[in-house]
Amino acid sequence: MTTADYDQASLPDLLPLYYRRLFPFSQYHRWLNYGGVTKNYFQNREFSFTLKDDIYVRYQSFSTQNELEKEMQKMNPYKIDIGAVYSHRPNQHNTVKSGSFQALEKELVFDIDMTDYDDVRSCCSGADICPKCWTLMTIAIRILDRALRDDFGFRHCLWVYSGRRGVHCWVCDEAARKLSVAARSAVAEYLSLVKGGDETVRKVVLSDPIHPFITESLTVVENYFSQYALLGQDILGSKEAVDKVLALLPEDVRKKLLQYFQTEKNPEKRWDTIRSMAQDKRMTAKKGHYFEMEIMLQYCYPRLDVNVSKGVNHLLKSPFSVHPKTGRISVPIDLRELDRFDPFEVPTISLICEELDQPKTEEEQDDNMENENKKEAGERRKMRDYKRTSLAKYVKLFDNFLEEMAHSRKGEVLKNSGECNLNP
Amino acid sequence: MDYLGLIINIFVSVAKTGNDRHAFTSSSRAEIRTLCGNWRESRQIDRSKASSLGKLSEARYRTMQFYSRRKKLIGNSQTEQLYGHCLQFYGQPPIENISLSEFETFAVDRLKLLKTVENLGVSYVKTSELYTKKLDAEFSNLNFPYKIEASTKDDWKPQTGPSEYEKRRKDHISHFILRLAYCQTEDLRRWFIQQEIDLFRYRFNDLPSKNIGQFLQYNNLHYHTISIDEKKKLMDKLVTSSFAVSGSTVDGKDFYKVPFQDALDLVRTRKVYLNGGYVYIPHQDIVTIVLNDFRTRLSKALALTARSLPAVQSDERLQPLLNHLSHAYVGQDYSIQKSIGKISLEQIDPLSAKSYPLCMRQLHRGLRDSHHLRHGGRMQYGLFLKGIGLTLDQALQFWRSEFVKGKVDADKFDKAYAYSIRHMFGKEGKRTDYTPYSCMKVILSNPPSQGDQHGCPFRHSDPELLKQKLQSYKVSPSGISQILELVKGMHYQLACQKYFELTHSIEDSGFSLNHPNQYFMESQKLLGGPGAGVKVEVKREDNPATKPPNPSPHQTPGPGNLPQEVAAEITEDLDSFFQDA
Repeated sequence: MTTADYDQASLPDLLPLYYRRLFPFSQYHRWLNYGGVTKNYFQNREFSFTLKDDIYVRYQSFSTQNELEKEMQKMNPYKIDIGAVYSHRPNQHNTVKSGSFQALEKELVFDIDMTDYDDVRSCCSGADICPKCWTLMTIAIRILDRALRDDFGFRHCLWVYSGRRGVHCWVCDEAARKLSVAARSAVAEYLSLVKGGDETVRKVVLSDPIHPFITESLTVVENYFSQYALLGQDILGSKEAVDKVLALLPEDVRKKLLQYFQTEKNPEKRWDTIRSMAQDKRMTAKKGHYFEMEIMLQYCYPRLDVNVSKGVNHLLKSPFSVHPKTGRISVPIDLRELDRFDPFEVPTISLICEELDQPKTEEEQDDNMENENKKEAGERRKMRDYKRTSLAKYVKLFDNFLEEMAHSRKGEVLKNSGECNLNP
Repeated sequence: MDYLGLIINIFVSVAKTGNDRHAFTSSSRAEIRTLCGNWRESRQIDRSKASSLGKLSEARYRTMQFYSRRKKLIGNSQTEQLYGHCLQFYGQPPIENISLSEFETFAVDRLKLLKTVENLGVSYVKTSELYTKKLDAEFSNLNFPYKIEASTKDDWKPQTGPSEYEKRRKDHISHFILRLAYCQTEDLRRWFIQQEIDLFRYRFNDLPSKNIGQFLQYNNLHYHTISIDEKKKLMDKLVTSSFAVSGSTVDGKDFYKVPFQDALDLVRTRKVYLNGGYVYIPHQDIVTIVLNDFRTRLSKALALTARSLPAVQSDERLQPLLNHLSHAYVGQDYSIQKSIGKISLEQIDPLSAKSYPLCMRQLHRGLRDSHHLRHGGRMQYGLFLKGIGLTLDQALQFWRSEFVKGKVDADKFDKAYAYSIRHMFGKEGKRTDYTPYSCMKVILSNPPSQGDQHGCPFRHSDPELLKQKLQSYKVSPSGISQILELVKGMHYQLACQKYFELTHSIEDSGFSLNHPNQYFMESQKLLGGPGAGVKVEVKREDNPATKPPNPSPHQTPGPGNLPQEVAAEITEDLDSFFQDA
């Protein structure tokens, strides 16, 4: 059983436990310190806490990992958000001359929220999610991760489950952290294909030439489309759903299809027809007709909130923060196992607190012996504690991520010093 | 030495020339070096040294300077670096002394150039052949560097004869002078940046491709071209990324690899191939990138300059000069009234409806309605009337008859208002003959406040009110929306031009509007009226002239050594600045 019953009312009891024995402070600090390359990078970082009774405090900052720990253990925040690295310590921002206190750097972030897909998913709506529509997140992660890596050259993207109905991406490359507002907005625009609100029916419009980015993204969508859209969402099944699809098509095509659908009821076959009609049109008409691609993209392509990505000072929910409504921990997602990720298997705070109480197994006793020499008792206990819970594998993931970044940094240093050696 | 220090140095050295505007700069090399050291100290340098040089003639001085500069040229690597390329980003301010006259001439010439750029930009597509040809002509007229001279084997050595060097130096210095004049308000900055960008684009497009590479290198823009092999590999991707790129483009043109942060507009709209954080740009798009870079730099620089300006402005000799530059109208000034005395007072009302630009129509209406105009309105309209050919007597009669209908009796008029009208005509005080305001001046200076009628309606009126006014003048709804579009885009003079076209029922006005009197003259030309000037004399049917037309230019007082007509205009407008308080 992976989910202990979670009740929001028990948070005040669970949080102290979580922050004292489970939250991976050491890794957390290692992340935000970024190897200590830039002075005061950690110290000038803004955190914001949402406390009990919705009390919200901004401009929290800490000098050391220890200070961060003590404060969090004292405040027991319901939610933690991470903001930007500022020009001065955020907790002293009132003492700074107005205008001088500026947000300097922050990771490039993306927020994909399931509610943005309500117009194209039939299984759930609002804050609800289910295994069927979760595929949308899988598709989103695949498409965006590829683009961030291949097109933009970013190598350190941390994907995190938000705890309820979406995912976040933290792009931690140095170049990404230094991006200006204009640059972030440009990146977000580049990645946006679905445009328009409630009044817009046709939200994806493609024209010649089809940019390689779109082609790559379509390749990903095609892998999932049949299973997810035709089968799972049944977009060509019921009359209601079919009408929605037809609304995206040109008049003449729509008419022909209405006719054809009288007899053909199989969704796969129906889709094949739409496809071939599009291909035919492309052969004959002068202008490009890409409606079959537009449909696929409108139903599956990631919908991101540009505003989240644009602002350098935008606050975003921290990894390993608890989601108060669901109790789930915001855990990193393993891209190697992406298709197997199940948001309903993500540990809740109640679960892992419960797991803490389990008696020690033999394995763990052996581990203890090994670690005797390592650090002080407190540290040792902490290292043991989360390892005992379902949180362990996620912290390991995070560790790997941090290790890769450290490796990169070393590589950079070597490269630079190598250059220096060549030019005495 | 910081940027501010450098700029101040130039102007302090220029300024400290004693009372004679044509005394020349410091008389010895030693002084020059001291000046570059500490500007505060330099102010105390003995002025007598400067005047002891004696009054050399302009020509001799120039020759002297030329030779001394020539010596400086040879073996002066810094200047070589600065002027080694005919195009530059104007990153470094000039570090030398120039005379006051050179200062003015340079500035005025560049202003003329920028105005030409503006006018041509309005009338022609900016990359068309016609545009290029016309701009070429203006460049050579004004002695600015434009064409890379036929290359020698060694491109790095400035293939600059002294004349090319001179041109580049002029380009460099004049740009910085105009920065001082145009940094002060948002409007001015916008105008200046726009023209400098257009100018830059024109010159950049002219560079042969290896000079582009040189230019990029010079300016630390690390944009490298990709190899032929790489092009082959990426052929597909390049073609599908951009509408404008075909197979032959990839084969024929250079492609540059640019970090995506430097090409945000292309990334945002997905108009380019992006891979590994680099965009692959065909040559024609590199221009956009470089232009954006230039725009950003210039924008920042202007903001910086504006902050440093108070220090420079504290020098009284420069303040009027700079002020004038930012308002200078460098074209026909309509002080030469070709049609003087050809208009009768009875004609003014119908003329106001037919041939007045909107601003003057508004002023005339205001005058008729309230029998009064405030100072700003009197100046703007009064000078306009002079420009269309009213004589002093007519003007006095006109204003008196109107004011008397209001709260002013004849006596008061003669005492208070007649004087200023005579002043306008150069019959009082310093006897300077003021020139009618250009559009630039009307738009940019002295914005109207409550109760004022002057200014430019396209710039200063609330769009709703403007719309109503146009409706009342029977302009068609589609015409009105066209005008409002132009107003929204801040093209006030174009909006007025459109108004001209609509009220005269023609497609194309055929001229580029920058002066209300120009509007009047063009309109009269079209309608065959009396105010059109010399050409129309033959057709003239109506009122005989009360005075014979005065063809010779007014002899305006002022330092005679500045050759251009414009020089005269500079001086008299300077005076008007002192008056217009």
